[in-house]
Amino acid sequence: MYFRFSRSEMTLREKLWHVSWSFVLLITVICSIGFLTLYSAANGSIDPWASRQMVRFLVGMVVMLAVAMVDIRVWMRWAYILYGVALLLLMAVEIRGSVGMGAQRWIDLGFIQLQPSEIMKIILVLALARYFHGASYQDVGRPLFLVPPLIMVFLPVGLVLKQPDLGTAMMLTLASGAMFFLAGVRLWKFGLIIAAGLGAIPVAWRFMREYQRQRIITFLNPENDPLGAGYHILQSKIALGSGGMFGKGFLLGTQSHLNFLPEKQTDFIFTMLAEEWGMVGGLVLVALYTLILVYGYAMSLRARSQFARLVGLGLTTTFFLYVFINIAMVMGLVPVVGVPLPLISYGGTAMLTLLFGFGLIMSVHIHRDIHIGRRGASDEI
Amino acid sequence: MSRDNDRAKIIGRRALLLGGGKLALLSALAGRMYYLQVLEADKYATLADENRINLRLLPPPRGRILDRNGVPMAVNRQNYRALLVSEQIDDLDDTLDSLSNIIPIADHDRARIAREIKRHRSFVPVTVRENLSWEDVARIEINTPDLPGVMIDVGQSRSYPLEGLGAHLLGYVSAVSEADLQSSSDPLLELPGFRIGKAGIEKVYDLALRGKGGTSQVEVNAVGRTIRELKRDEGEPGVDLSLTIDLDLQQFAAQRLGSESAAVVVVDIHTGDVLVMASTPSFDPNAFNRGLSSDEWRDLITNPRSPLTNKAIAGQYPPGSTFKLMTALAALESGTITADQRVLCPGQMSLGNITFHCWKKGGHGSLDLIGGIKNSCDVYFYEIARRTGFERIAEMARRFGLGAPMGLDLPGERAGAIPNRSWKRATLGQPWLPGETLINAIGQGYVLATPLQLAVMCARVANGGFAVQPHLARDQIEGSHVMPRTAGDWPDLGVSRQSLALVRRGMFAVVNEPGGTAFGARIKDDAMTMSGKSGSAQVRRISMRERDTGVKKNEDLPWKERDHALFVAYAPESEPRYACCVTVEHGGGGSGVAAPICRDILMEVQKRFLQRGGGDAPQVRPVSTRPDAASRQPAVHHDDDGHGDHVHPDPILDDPEDGEDR
Repeated sequence: MYFRFSRSEMTLREKLWHVSWSFVLLITVICSIGFLTLYSAANGSIDPWASRQMVRFLVGMVVMLAVAMVDIRVWMRWAYILYGVALLLLMAVEIRGSVGMGAQRWIDLGFIQLQPSEIMKIILVLALARYFHGASYQDVGRPLFLVPPLIMVFLPVGLVLKQPDLGTAMMLTLASGAMFFLAGVRLWKFGLIIAAGLGAIPVAWRFMREYQRQRIITFLNPENDPLGAGYHILQSKIALGSGGMFGKGFLLGTQSHLNFLPEKQTDFIFTMLAEEWGMVGGLVLVALYTLILVYGYAMSLRARSQFARLVGLGLTTTFFLYVFINIAMVMGLVPVVGVPLPLISYGGTAMLTLLFGFGLIMSVHIHRDIHIGRRGASDEI
Repeated sequence: MSRDNDRAKIIGRRALLLGGGKLALLSALAGRMYYLQVLEADKYATLADENRINLRLLPPPRGRILDRNGVPMAVNRQNYRALLVSEQIDDLDDTLDSLSNIIPIADHDRARIAREIKRHRSFVPVTVRENLSWEDVARIEINTPDLPGVMIDVGQSRSYPLEGLGAHLLGYVSAVSEADLQSSSDPLLELPGFRIGKAGIEKVYDLALRGKGGTSQVEVNAVGRTIRELKRDEGEPGVDLSLTIDLDLQQFAAQRLGSESAAVVVVDIHTGDVLVMASTPSFDPNAFNRGLSSDEWRDLITNPRSPLTNKAIAGQYPPGSTFKLMTALAALESGTITADQRVLCPGQMSLGNITFHCWKKGGHGSLDLIGGIKNSCDVYFYEIARRTGFERIAEMARRFGLGAPMGLDLPGERAGAIPNRSWKRATLGQPWLPGETLINAIGQGYVLATPLQLAVMCARVANGGFAVQPHLARDQIEGSHVMPRTAGDWPDLGVSRQSLALVRRGMFAVVNEPGGTAFGARIKDDAMTMSGKSGSAQVRRISMRERDTGVKKNEDLPWKERDHALFVAYAPESEPRYACCVTVEHGGGGSGVAAPICRDILMEVQKRFLQRGGGDAPQVRPVSTRPDAASRQPAVHHDDDGHGDHVHPDPILDDPEDGEDR
């Protein structure tokens, strides 16, 4: 409380000065790779995917910078309220989904279809960061202290699983796990939970829907059913493997252009990219993603408040989960769960969510020197 | 503050751990990429090609069938089909309605089209109608702007431009059966719509005519639509196959036979080329391609003149008096008789308590061999057969090709029948009766022969006793391999040249000497002289009562009961080249009906090949190199006095009666 620094009084101009423009450039480069790949996916046409994705990118960039300008303490103050709103939206689509025909997972806002589960990926990080912000190492050590955040995690995860959206549930759980870990939850507790989780597999199996079980079965042996359930994974591996070291060339990917590769513009876009650009292209993209992670870590760890650090690291972890689950999925390492390749896959919600997240990370960066007391937002000058 | 520092330390450490974990997982992704894209790249490249490359079989065009001069007998016709691509049409019913204004579409076709569209992917064309006329095609083409999704496709179908002419030789093509598929590994057979030869030449030489299938590698997308062709191997078209048939002669023969139920075979006595093989009435094989109505089919199979049968090889007839050539040869060769020995013909002959009649009621008087053949005297042959025995006659007949299939390169050949003791015991379980020797020796009784066998028999008599084999394909064809036919040295039948010369002398007399049974049918041009032997095969028994009251003339009998008329001949007498057999079912007498037809055909053959000269004559085997070439000529020339006391009143000579041998 002694070092109350008056950074909060930064002008917009100063804040813009503090934006890491190299980070913005990095994001733009990755998104541009996405535009090129979508151009190729449409057989060398900017329509229908690349053009729309560019518009979304531009909208997303504005949103990102706007989010970055907002004071980190504002985000902290609004964290629980945003969480509550997001939870309500999630319940709303859940109720409507069960009442109406079919499972519609989004709310149509006209220009974009808002997916509450996607928003939750960001908001949950914010809420957990807020909760752990004031917690001491001793606090975190008390089991009862961990009950509220666990409830905060299980409510959305349960709702998302009911949809059912295995990929989002997995991401929420893993990102939350990382938050707990960073907050200082004892390692043996993780060991306990992992053991309990393994023990729960047979139970979970019984409650899984048939298509979810099927996904796991085909994941374990996709060659079993090459024309049915295993078709996607097998075709993805064929397209990717046939790309070889240097790829078949831009616009020359046979498997993707002949539609053997399913969902080539969304979930399986990495396969298409790796078919046309080979392993070299795939590694370049993974390297760019790693660079984003490095930026995220660097920005987060330099922040002076626990909230900012947790938000930055949590969101970086969420980003990592997008990258890893998607790429591992198209290469047959994890089940096909429907997680897009961040900044590249065609789709507005994911793009907006991610850029919103990067906006928060940048806000963490811009407001890195702001100290926030244990009482949090109420503690301000 | 220290608390804050603690927390910063913890989060810093744990962030490092977490970051390390993430890097490890990203490295795992890179490793997986290396495994899939470098280590397993070849395997997946192959799988990718298997995915996208389809091998399609291209049916080769079927080889044509030509006559010996290159005139096409079987060709491939463009078959225009109207196709419908369902993805390009808005409403199936509307499209079919407007299409039916141009070409009629039956209701069952509509149902079939709807069914096929449902079954196939939307870009697969479905056949609306086949065999469109050129007018239909033009009208559809003009209206294409109003008929989106309708297109015209050209396929190939077999066509026989000569219609009935040669239909029995060519056979037909038809869809592949399950049995065909099992007996062959040719992938072409699995092509939908592929047709193979099912009868005739189309069947015998199917492999050569079929050709070898080409392949087309096409790139397809995930739903099987063809994107582009990558590689094409055209395969080998079927071989154009030349027959030994001469179409002009074939046509002449068919016209000459007219509406008779008859068969003509002309063979080259040296090469075995079948120049003419006609069977009437015929049918139009194209009708089978078009599809026959049940009425048309019933007409074909109930017609008493059996148009579907190739009578030249599948018709078996009692050879009648033409068989006397074999009886004479057997008698001469066995030494039972000599040419000069005379037999008295009183008009009948008794054996045991049965009386055998000569065709000439009053008898022929005393005859030697030449006289016997010339007059076709039944009693003469009864007598020499009685002395020779039928075993020897049967053996001689077999040597000349009777009693077994000839091995012609055409399916459906019948064996005919040459009986003997063991045959009768085996088939009828009865002993041979002496009277049967007499009856069979004049070509009645159990003896049966096909026109082809009789033509070849005559050829073997005319070529000096060599076992010439008839064939229809000009080249030697084994499987799909075609090579020029080597001029085979036919095996010697082991019959003395002298005996053959005597028999030929008799055949000369039949046609060219007054009193000969076919004197009326002689060729007056010396260069084309024909020698032959007539035969009338009795179809019904003649009762004793009838014989007493007078035998009915053939014209007075219903068609089915009239005699078969036969004539075998060779020409020219100076240097024999062609042998011919004419068989007219229920035609009446051989000399009156068959001989004039044979004369006209042999004259036409000689006009075409010998008098015109030039390169299109059938290749002559160099007979002069044969050691006994000289004996081919009718060396034993009997002068007219050779017939001794046998003198005929002239009017009868010029117009011998048709009914000769009863």
